[in-house]
Amino acid sequence: MTFIRNMNRRAVLRTGGAMALGTLAAPTILRAQEGPIVLGHLTPRTGFLGPLGDYAVMGVDLAVEHINAEGGIMGRDLQVLKEDSVNPQTASTKAERMIERDGVAAITGEISSASTLAIGQVAERTGTVFVNTGGNSDTLRGSDCKRHMFHVETQNAMYLNGEGLHFLNADLVEGKKWYLPTADYAFGHDLLNGARAFLDRNGGEIVGDDLVATDATDFSAIMLKIRSAQPDVVALNLAGTQITGFLKQYGEFGLDYPIGGFGFDTQSAWAAGPQNFSGTWPSVWNHLIDTEESQAFAKAFADKYGKPPENQAWSDYTALRIMAKAMTEIGGTDADALIEYLESGATFDLMKSRPGYFNPDSHQLLQDIYAITALPEAEVENEWDIFTTSGPVLGADQPLEVLIEDAVGGTCTFAA
Amino acid sequence: METALFLSQLLNGLLDGFYYLLIALGLSLIFSLGGIINLAHGAFFAVGAYMAIVLAPHVGFFGAVIVGPILVGALGIVVERLLFKRFYRIDPLYSLLLTFGLAMVLEQTLRLIFGSAPLAFNIPDVLRGQVFMGEFIYSRYRIFTIVVAVVVVAALWWLLNRTAFGRIVRAGIQNPDILATLGISLRPYLSAVAAIGIGLAGLAGVLMAPIHPVHPAMGIEVLVAAFVVVVIGGLGSFWGVVLAAMLVGVVKGFMVAIDLSSWSLASIYLLMFVVLLVRPRGLMGERITRFE
Repeated sequence: MTFIRNMNRRAVLRTGGAMALGTLAAPTILRAQEGPIVLGHLTPRTGFLGPLGDYAVMGVDLAVEHINAEGGIMGRDLQVLKEDSVNPQTASTKAERMIERDGVAAITGEISSASTLAIGQVAERTGTVFVNTGGNSDTLRGSDCKRHMFHVETQNAMYLNGEGLHFLNADLVEGKKWYLPTADYAFGHDLLNGARAFLDRNGGEIVGDDLVATDATDFSAIMLKIRSAQPDVVALNLAGTQITGFLKQYGEFGLDYPIGGFGFDTQSAWAAGPQNFSGTWPSVWNHLIDTEESQAFAKAFADKYGKPPENQAWSDYTALRIMAKAMTEIGGTDADALIEYLESGATFDLMKSRPGYFNPDSHQLLQDIYAITALPEAEVENEWDIFTTSGPVLGADQPLEVLIEDAVGGTCTFAA
Repeated sequence: METALFLSQLLNGLLDGFYYLLIALGLSLIFSLGGIINLAHGAFFAVGAYMAIVLAPHVGFFGAVIVGPILVGALGIVVERLLFKRFYRIDPLYSLLLTFGLAMVLEQTLRLIFGSAPLAFNIPDVLRGQVFMGEFIYSRYRIFTIVVAVVVVAALWWLLNRTAFGRIVRAGIQNPDILATLGISLRPYLSAVAAIGIGLAGLAGVLMAPIHPVHPAMGIEVLVAAFVVVVIGGLGSFWGVVLAAMLVGVVKGFMVAIDLSSWSLASIYLLMFVVLLVRPRGLMGERITRFE
């Protein structure tokens, strides 16, 4: 009792008050720990990549719904702050604000390679994990790689190797003439370099490689050049609505050289329509992939949005699934622990015939890719199923590392 | 390069110019008469493209080519009566802000109704295929669009130069105050010009829907190019705009033809730069007292 006796009335009141406050405050602190896990999501909602960004957001919303319905992450709800990334400058500012002001545990999203790099730099500086769901450039996995940046989206080399296998199998490479219309920005240049290296290795010849501004919509001049060059293959290094416009005008000018490309989103096929869509294209995922998980996802998406998911929706959905699993496994959101886990070779269900894992040297998610081929117009039954999908382009016994061979983006070294 | 290819590129450039012409003529008319710099012109082009998609199943593609621009023109009258008319007599900067906002509202409305994913739309069966003229191959559909554009541009020229309507519009461009003292109210003419100008953008949208990706932001590229055409051609000059549209088309095509395709878009800005340096009023721009 010495303790009490030595205290005066004020001290007792003070201690009692503090204890009472402590008791009142305790549930608040507990609640804070049990509160939602907040992630940030940035992707372009406007401009030529905006339509893909919409699918990304649909994928995010569906993932949040599914993850929370299954009990959230470690029993805590998942919440995602979503914003339009607009351009690299805005993407960078918004990423910083999400991290500093909103205290997000990680960031996912993006489509433009330039904005991906901008967010990656902020993530690296602030020590926050960023999962890229749409930027393809090899440099992001090479000389511009970041320890805090991971890539669910396939890199250009994977598309190149995948689509390249298709052309090699069709005997359209050795001694053949190629025409390569190319988007005039980082993504297109990167693909063009990769395509050049691929054709050099395999004895193909480039007869044209016109650079096309991202906001160009008329390709008639290029169509005339292609017709005059009489190539054996036309392979597009284009992106977004450019591919749609090109396919429409390719049909309009009656060109029928085998066509394909080294980057593709299913939306470009849908927007071109069955009359105009032609050729064989690489696909990271599509709604016709014949696995139970893919079909269940496609159905859940169609039930919610009234149309099948685009591969961008799959990518953003999958990124959140991966983050949820990683955070559950490490029992928290600590960035270093997350990186260690993601680099550990842990495998993730990607709704494909085999699971994927991150390459620890570049943080690229290694996964199967597919090829889709346009259906003849007469065989098309609805506006969505206008192509058929191959199985995985790699045989089940071939390692996934084959797909990142000969990437052209330089060497990745993570800053310690 | 072979001469045939080079010539076909030049011809293609000329034909490409008609596409800019439809947009630029309306832009130039609305500015010349009312002093409104219509930044929403590209959005009306997009509305026209969506009109094609909505109308074609009901009235057929050719029906859409007629009904679409009329509906877009009617929308133009509504916009003119509700919004433009408040901005005729004040600093053009305000109308710039107004139409910038209007462009965003229109684009977002399209996005809300149709979604932001591009929609598929095809060339009608009768116009599919190509026409061969010696070495030159051209799309049958584009020839159709050019015929439509030529007819429309000729009709517009006739309207502006051979009718009482045109005389008043031309007088209104030069000096609205004198018209007012003569007891002629410009109001119905301002509405009519907005309807014609915006209807032309709608027509371009309908015509481009089968060969361009149709999405809510599709008007931005064409708007910028159309402004370049108007600036190069010179304000108030019908033939100036026609000449500038052809020039822009040819220069763009030329850059692709000589394997400098990455300069294709930049070249039209360089062209504008040079024209502004040499002739600040544009190639055939008239001296309009109230804008001096």
